[in-house]
Amino acid sequence: MMNNLYLADITRGIFKENPIFRLVLGMCPTLAITVLVKNGLGMGLAVIAVLTCSNVVISSLRRFIPEQVRIPCYIVIIATFVTIIEMVLQAFVPALYDALGVFVPLIVVNCIILGRAEAFAGKQPVLRSLFDGIGSGLGFTLGLLLLSLVREVFGSGTLLAETNFAVQLFGANFEPMRIFAQPAGAFIVLGLLLALTNIVFKRLQID
Amino acid sequence: MNDNLVISSSPHIRTFQTVRGVMVDVLIALGPVVAVSILLFGYRALLTMTVAMLAAMLAEALWLHQWNIFGDGSAAVTGLLLAMTLPPDVAWWIPAIGSVTAIIIGKQVYGGIGNNIFNPALVGRAVLVVSWGTHLVGPIWPVPKPFHFFADISAVTTATPLAGEAEALGTTLSQLFIGNTGGCLGETSAMALLLGGLWLLYKGHIDWRIPGAFIGTVWLMGTLFGGAFYNNSVTTGLFHLLAGGVLLGAIFMATDMVTSPVTPWGKLIFGVGCGLITMLIRLFGSYPEGVTFAILTMNALTPLLDKFTIPRKFGEVKQVA
Repeated sequence: MMNNLYLADITRGIFKENPIFRLVLGMCPTLAITVLVKNGLGMGLAVIAVLTCSNVVISSLRRFIPEQVRIPCYIVIIATFVTIIEMVLQAFVPALYDALGVFVPLIVVNCIILGRAEAFAGKQPVLRSLFDGIGSGLGFTLGLLLLSLVREVFGSGTLLAETNFAVQLFGANFEPMRIFAQPAGAFIVLGLLLALTNIVFKRLQID
Repeated sequence: MNDNLVISSSPHIRTFQTVRGVMVDVLIALGPVVAVSILLFGYRALLTMTVAMLAAMLAEALWLHQWNIFGDGSAAVTGLLLAMTLPPDVAWWIPAIGSVTAIIIGKQVYGGIGNNIFNPALVGRAVLVVSWGTHLVGPIWPVPKPFHFFADISAVTTATPLAGEAEALGTTLSQLFIGNTGGCLGETSAMALLLGGLWLLYKGHIDWRIPGAFIGTVWLMGTLFGGAFYNNSVTTGLFHLLAGGVLLGAIFMATDMVTSPVTPWGKLIFGVGCGLITMLIRLFGSYPEGVTFAILTMNALTPLLDKFTIPRKFGEVKQVA
């Protein structure tokens, strides 16, 4: 019975309340860094880490944080973890850190993280908040992966570029459709994927 | 009950005009332009236009699940207009991808004909320009070979008149008017475009206000700010009018019924805006030509223009607040 509750916390973040396709939150990193699958995955993992940690800490401190100043408190907690992640990325994967650029420190103001803190972790017990953070983070990562997969394949003609598993998908004469690698293409792909998920969710009757 | 007394709800007045009829008229209006481009650029022009039209019609038929690929004719018009904006010797897959993009992204995702915000053909072209710019707006264009149907046009190349002053001086105004110059399929011959425009005006499908304001603004801006490099200021204005895609855009694209304003003042402002943005891009921007982005920008403003230029009803009194 309890396990089902935790499982529901995870799947809700992935499907019913997917941050990108259902809540349409955190659009800045979603549109900006999804040029390559590698960047999408890196950003997704960073958000999972920050979201899980901040959810747990906020949830455990929820009785001590005064109602009136809860947002500043949440931001301080989130910023702490973002700083840690930023330093870790800079130390161990400097290439990824450079590719994500300003969007790593901007995780602080990512709507999903503050949204989950405000809507869930600030009211629910620690363990549930932990699973909620993992679920929402996974949902966000899944969305980023989908978006960056489409954009990388059409916009650059590669798969997993800049990693050890890089694959050149098309022949030498292939000229990538460069609009997908540009901001305009990000909006088009996001719109089409939103439409697609709406169709799929309607068919499967997931509200 | 008497059968002569039929009771029904409005509308009671119906027109015999159909979407298909309008689209066929537009295709007829494009006839002279098609003829001139085939005369000038030979089989490559025909190939590009065929591929673009077929791809557009197939995309639309597949999306709508219909067997009749001509349908209401709007896809054929979109495909042909897109082909008009492409260089004559372009690779075959460019018009194909452009047409499919124009129909799907430019029209069908909004809900089909009548619901699109942007001119579909120009959406297709914009995506192509951003994706494969070197194929479309390169500095080098094929020289037309009039009356040689099987000529290999890409053998001899030149720069378009708009590419720079030196290139412009090599082209006379009468050359530009007839169309014997490098450029996109449908933009070279001002004469053929004007013929098509007259036909559309005669059939009542376009209003003089949009093309008039568009062309007038371009001429005025060209005269005032063109730099008089072309003999004198007035001919510089005329040069900006005849070179590039202004006439094609003004007559066939800015006048698209779906994506342009319906009010008289809205149409005038729309045309002036198109002309202004075109000339700003040409004179001060990094692209040599700006008609595509000018019309797309003004398309986005169309609902606003319509909202703020509603004519006052007869007898309406200004409300005192």
